[in-house]
Amino acid sequence: MELSRIVITGVGLTAPNGTNLSEFRNNLLKGVAGISRIEMRYMGEALAGVCDFDPLKYQRRKELRVGTRAGSISIYCSREAVEDSGIAFEALDKDRVGIYVGITEHGNVETENEIYNISQFDYDTKFWTHHHNPRTVANNPAGEASLNLKVTGPAYTIGAACAAGNLGLVHALQMLQLGEVDFAIAGGVSESIHTFGIFAGFKSQGALAEHEDPNKASRPFDLARNGIVVSEGGALYTLERLEDAQARGAKVYGEIVGYHVNSDATDYVLPNPERQAQCMRAALKKANLEPKDIHIVNTHATATPMGDIQECDAIKQVFADCPETYVNNTKGFIGHAMGAAGALELAGNLPSFEDNVVHPTINIDELDPKCQIPNLVVNEPIEAKRVDAILNNSFGMLGINSALIVKRFSD
Amino acid sequence: MTNDECKKVVLEIIAEIAPDEDLSDVNPDVALREQLDLDSMDFLDIVMELRKKHGIEVPEADYGELASLGSCAAYLTPKFNALV
Repeated sequence: MELSRIVITGVGLTAPNGTNLSEFRNNLLKGVAGISRIEMRYMGEALAGVCDFDPLKYQRRKELRVGTRAGSISIYCSREAVEDSGIAFEALDKDRVGIYVGITEHGNVETENEIYNISQFDYDTKFWTHHHNPRTVANNPAGEASLNLKVTGPAYTIGAACAAGNLGLVHALQMLQLGEVDFAIAGGVSESIHTFGIFAGFKSQGALAEHEDPNKASRPFDLARNGIVVSEGGALYTLERLEDAQARGAKVYGEIVGYHVNSDATDYVLPNPERQAQCMRAALKKANLEPKDIHIVNTHATATPMGDIQECDAIKQVFADCPETYVNNTKGFIGHAMGAAGALELAGNLPSFEDNVVHPTINIDELDPKCQIPNLVVNEPIEAKRVDAILNNSFGMLGINSALIVKRFSD
Repeated sequence: MTNDECKKVVLEIIAEIAPDEDLSDVNPDVALREQLDLDSMDFLDIVMELRKKHGIEVPEADYGELASLGSCAAYLTPKFNALV
């Protein structure tokens, strides 16, 4: 059975260093990071990537009060992506539109807020809000977007730890190929900077970054890296079958030609390079590409001491003899945007199809010898001979791995 | 507390839970839902804010008393006055 080709036709995003693709990309090329110090309940100051999009662009103040931050990020990114796609959205059959939002977690923020709220009332649960359940159901971020956009097709989240951004796209691709929907809004979002639990958990794990300069705290592959900077953010794309996109003369950012998802089955948190390599190879096979055909590998590396080394081992296995394959990482700029990470990091590289420039990995003052990988783009952008294919890695806890391959569109 | 003071308290709560609404000309004799974009969850917010801010309980059987600004004042003013 010949499956339809699936293309990206619109991008909507908010990152700690940009509220649209152009701003985000420019900052990635100029070396501008977006990490700040925020006040964290119970913990004091913490480093975090905070987004400054205007939620009132698409929501009323009452909706902001009732809804969640993840919902707002989804709505903003969805509406921006739809606008960018140029589709006549009002005229679309909304029963045939799907919203698939990857999330690392959801509900921690709202539950912590409510526990704090009732702590002000001697823990009397009659002060617990009736908004708790609609705010914390796992489909909340997608459901809020469906309400806002009046989408009546399937709208739900995909929980996949920090691989979720890629998985949102993978799922949308599958639903389009199955004919379940005709137009998909997909990617990932995160509101994780609003839950102290994520920060405290990483801190207890010895995996929370600290640095006197916030913008130098997230430093994948650097010898002095000391952990993760947690960020909020989102990137949602509009995806369409190629024939539909061409029929309406849509701009095409790229074609998703391959993907794979697998599991380590070895540890709760420590990645497994063998399975990561297997995941990349399987994605390449589905894409009918050789490793040397990939011109950018965007790494997942989060700046934990072990995780970065493991991924480098996996990349060295797969891309052993690939002189035109560059490797970069986006988290030095934006921290770890959790469920949004994979989708946001892909967005940062998509413009390379137009300008052939590979954005750098910043904050590498002294490269960890164990993270020496060929063609790692360090601190300054590189102009490649060509960028025809990007492989986007995104991994998560409990050993979930994903690799997504996007090609420059060619009819 | 007078009825007018009570209406002011209720309007302050509504301003918080429905921040997009213009509350400058609310007719006290017309149902709030006919004048403002309020749903059942918003009325539960009014009940919660009365509990949190003022220690006033509105039993579920009495929710109908909150239909209009006028009925709110008639129902709630004695409750406010009973607090002091």
